[in-house]
Amino acid sequence: MTLRPYAAARGSLSIVDKLYEVNWGLVLLITIIACIGFAMLYSVAGGSLSPWADKQMIRFVVGLALMIGVACVDIRFWMSFAYPAYVVSMLLLIGVDVAGHVGLGAQRWITLGPLELQPSEPMKIALVLALARYLHGLSVEDVSKPLRLFIPLAMIAMPAALVAMQPNLGTTMILVADGVSLLFLAGLSWWWIVPTLVGIGAAVPIAWKFVLHDYQKARVLTFLNPESDALGAGWNITQAKIAIGSGGATGKGFLQGTQSRLNFLPEKQTDFIITNYGEEFGFVGCIALLILFAVVIGYGVQIAMSARSQFARLLAIGVVLNFFFYIMINSMMVMGLIPVVGIPMPLISYGGTAMLTVMFGFGLLLSVHVHRQVEIPRHSAGII
Amino acid sequence: MPLFDRKDKSRYASFSRRTLMLGGGMTGVFAVLAGRLYQLQILNGDQYMTEAEDNRVSQRLIPPPRGRILDRFGVELATNRRNYRVVLVAEQATDGIGAALDRIAKVIELPPHQKERVLHDLTQNKRFAPVLVAENLSWDEFARLNLHLPYLPGVQPDVGETRSYPFGPELSHVLGYVAAAGPDDKKYDDDPLLDQPGFRVGKRGIEKEYDGQMRGSAGASRVEVNAYGRVIRELNSLAGAPGKDVYLTIDRDLQRFVQQQLGDQSAACVVMDASNGDVLALTSTPGYDPNLFNVGITNEQWHGLVSDDHKPLLNKAVSGAYPPGSTFKTAMALGAVDNGLADLQVNCNGTLTLGDHDFHCWSWKTGGHGHVDLHRGIQVSCDIFFYEVARRLGIDKMEETARALGLGATTGIEIPGELGGFIPSRAWKLAKLGIPWQQGETLVNGIGQGYVLTTPLQLCMLAARIASGKAVTPHIAHEVGLTLEPRPEPAPLPFSEAAFEAVRSGMSAVTNDPGGTAYAHRITQAGFEMAGKTGTAQVRRITKEERQSGIRSEASLPWDLREHGLFIAYAPVTVPRYACSVIVEHGATGHPQVDMARNILLYAQQRDPVKLPVAYPVHAAEAAPKGKAT
Repeated sequence: MTLRPYAAARGSLSIVDKLYEVNWGLVLLITIIACIGFAMLYSVAGGSLSPWADKQMIRFVVGLALMIGVACVDIRFWMSFAYPAYVVSMLLLIGVDVAGHVGLGAQRWITLGPLELQPSEPMKIALVLALARYLHGLSVEDVSKPLRLFIPLAMIAMPAALVAMQPNLGTTMILVADGVSLLFLAGLSWWWIVPTLVGIGAAVPIAWKFVLHDYQKARVLTFLNPESDALGAGWNITQAKIAIGSGGATGKGFLQGTQSRLNFLPEKQTDFIITNYGEEFGFVGCIALLILFAVVIGYGVQIAMSARSQFARLLAIGVVLNFFFYIMINSMMVMGLIPVVGIPMPLISYGGTAMLTVMFGFGLLLSVHVHRQVEIPRHSAGII
Repeated sequence: MPLFDRKDKSRYASFSRRTLMLGGGMTGVFAVLAGRLYQLQILNGDQYMTEAEDNRVSQRLIPPPRGRILDRFGVELATNRRNYRVVLVAEQATDGIGAALDRIAKVIELPPHQKERVLHDLTQNKRFAPVLVAENLSWDEFARLNLHLPYLPGVQPDVGETRSYPFGPELSHVLGYVAAAGPDDKKYDDDPLLDQPGFRVGKRGIEKEYDGQMRGSAGASRVEVNAYGRVIRELNSLAGAPGKDVYLTIDRDLQRFVQQQLGDQSAACVVMDASNGDVLALTSTPGYDPNLFNVGITNEQWHGLVSDDHKPLLNKAVSGAYPPGSTFKTAMALGAVDNGLADLQVNCNGTLTLGDHDFHCWSWKTGGHGHVDLHRGIQVSCDIFFYEVARRLGIDKMEETARALGLGATTGIEIPGELGGFIPSRAWKLAKLGIPWQQGETLVNGIGQGYVLTTPLQLCMLAARIASGKAVTPHIAHEVGLTLEPRPEPAPLPFSEAAFEAVRSGMSAVTNDPGGTAYAHRITQAGFEMAGKTGTAQVRRITKEERQSGIRSEASLPWDLREHGLFIAYAPVTVPRYACSVIVEHGATGHPQVDMARNILLYAQQRDPVKLPVAYPVHAAEAAPKGKAT
């Protein structure tokens, strides 16, 4: 035990040691949250495993294996994997946009043999990986130098623009938030941050007038006053609020939610699944779930803080932030705090790509934990 | 820790600081989420719970079966039959309403005007409310429609109930009819049933009068529906109350007989139980088929009914006011006896001169009736005698007498639209026309001409009151929902028995003594004899020139200028049981109305004694002690 830190610092742990180092408490928490998801999918299917809960379970098991596998791979491999992953994800995104133009209009999906995937999902991880690697090579002072700053900003802007063109506003927001947060954590000077925030504040009215599509404006307006069009575009928000609110303090009980079972909830198995949870388990259940999420995030932050390399720290915190932004945007959306943007609830919403992406992210987080003692020289941040 | 280089130390410090800040931000976001949950679920939870319940639960009305209408022996006069129909739900018609209607038209016959009505109804109703497309389908059509159902989105077959009148026009004026509720019906009635497709409300007659009781109350079914309005399951249901049956005092067989007697004349007849006012038959011809209004009357049929000069839509028996003519003399004779004119003797030479005006007796051509007393005055219907009676009574006494007999006011029979007729008075004339009452008018009104108006129902009541000596009032509803209608004992009338006897003997002489105006039309069967009084009502004024140049014979006049023939009667003479009045519009020639009354009264008396109207259906008696049956 006393010798292990030295072995760890050299990166020469055996596979058994690595499995021993995996943060099994975190794995347990993730599994509990996923089980809540299975229960909800079972519930919205009217008390049936098919068509959603059974498939989701299989995906989770696959995701669990993937996560453990990723956790056991050396952190330095993931560092070398970062740029290729980013490039491949970019190519997939471009492919989707091109295919979308040729084919079905706004298209988020791409078919690769037997797999159907949403390239915007892996891009979230790839962006975190690539930014972490790039920023690993920079000192705090370097980060704020304009020439050094231009590259990470471009790394954020390119996928964000492609995703925005799909159009997928929610994922764009998450990509930008992830990237900007990492720059902030890497030590970006307040001289950059404050004027930028002021500029954005000034740009909103201009964007409203000249940039946003009519349908996007309509969405915002509907969000601001959903009851104005309770049977049309405001339907989703209104019904979601009714579902959550009608849960009351302790909820209607498992399988007793009427809003989803009677199809009043839109996208009940994907983006809006948490409304069913709120309806069936009430305020108590919702707070319990929030606490579970908070503990997972807290674990993640602690892992990031304990890592010995900047790459590992940024990677870990990037994964955690990604997870957090998912939760924040989805919760706020279904509770009527922000417009509907189409972001699933991680681990709970039905969906294969999102599940695997989240699990892969947690795998990276665990890898950081397992290899927390590994030191990586700053100069190794260069291309490959 | 020797492994940290200096640069990394500063990076780590910065990272830690900023992670803590970010952690603070994340905690803040979680606090906002928790606060929002508290707001939604704790503060506004009840409100959202109600909204979720409103979403989930839908009330479906179950229309109650409409109460039947039966005659005094339990024969169904109005009942319900199965109605195969088809409704359209707009929001489920996925490829448009027009296409849906076109597709329905391929399966069943759907005339263009019906299509237009459906399109109109669809704009009036909510998109999820079913709208009636066609009803009263034959079984073949209905089966065909069910077969094609998979290709008809939004179309729902439905089996309802619809009103049926098995005897058609025969009872049209008693029963009235039902039809779809219009805006007028909905104005004062918020019963949700009125919005149900195909729901019918009473529009005339008994159907209208007892609509509230016969309608019943809607049952409700609380069902769980999904977001598309489809019923998932029934939560609970509230049984409605079926409409109450209404038993009438009508005797269906007698009604049919009366109908046959009146034939195709424009006529009306009321037959009443003289002892208690039960209306046994009430007919106005021609009638109409009430089923037409229920099934949907065509424009041609409607115009046919409206333009017919025999006025089939008018219930002449209760809503037709006619001058009573000489039948009014019976009432005047009653007043005469009790006002000291019992022994009045008049010599009739055909003309009475009052001032510079001559008043003629109908017998003026043959030189008058000669010596006439009250008995003979009624028997031969001597106008001169009753001019004298009127002159001596004066308009005030005449009015008092007529009103005491119930004339000039509605009888209160349970049929909407009853007229009260008219009895003139001094005050009325001065107020209405600004001219004081003239004595000549007293004379004219004394023989039932002039301003006096009565309905056939009132005349029948007059006959019943004379026959019984009591203030018998007509009733047609016997029992509603197993509760007997209140039927107070008839009050006595303010006339002496001697007066009644004098008038009855005069009326008996009209039919049974040679020389009586209806002697030729009497009932000859011993024990069934009737007493009566004839009447003729002029519909135009006969001018002096006409009278001098010789009146044109009635038969040579156009139909609508001929006089009305009236007759009131009761039978049997000894123990009066049935009272009857008949009017034949523009049909005084040959007294067809007297023959009708004779046949009707004879038939009524000769009906199978077992079926004689002595007892009502037994269940009424059984139900009575149970108290209020609802």
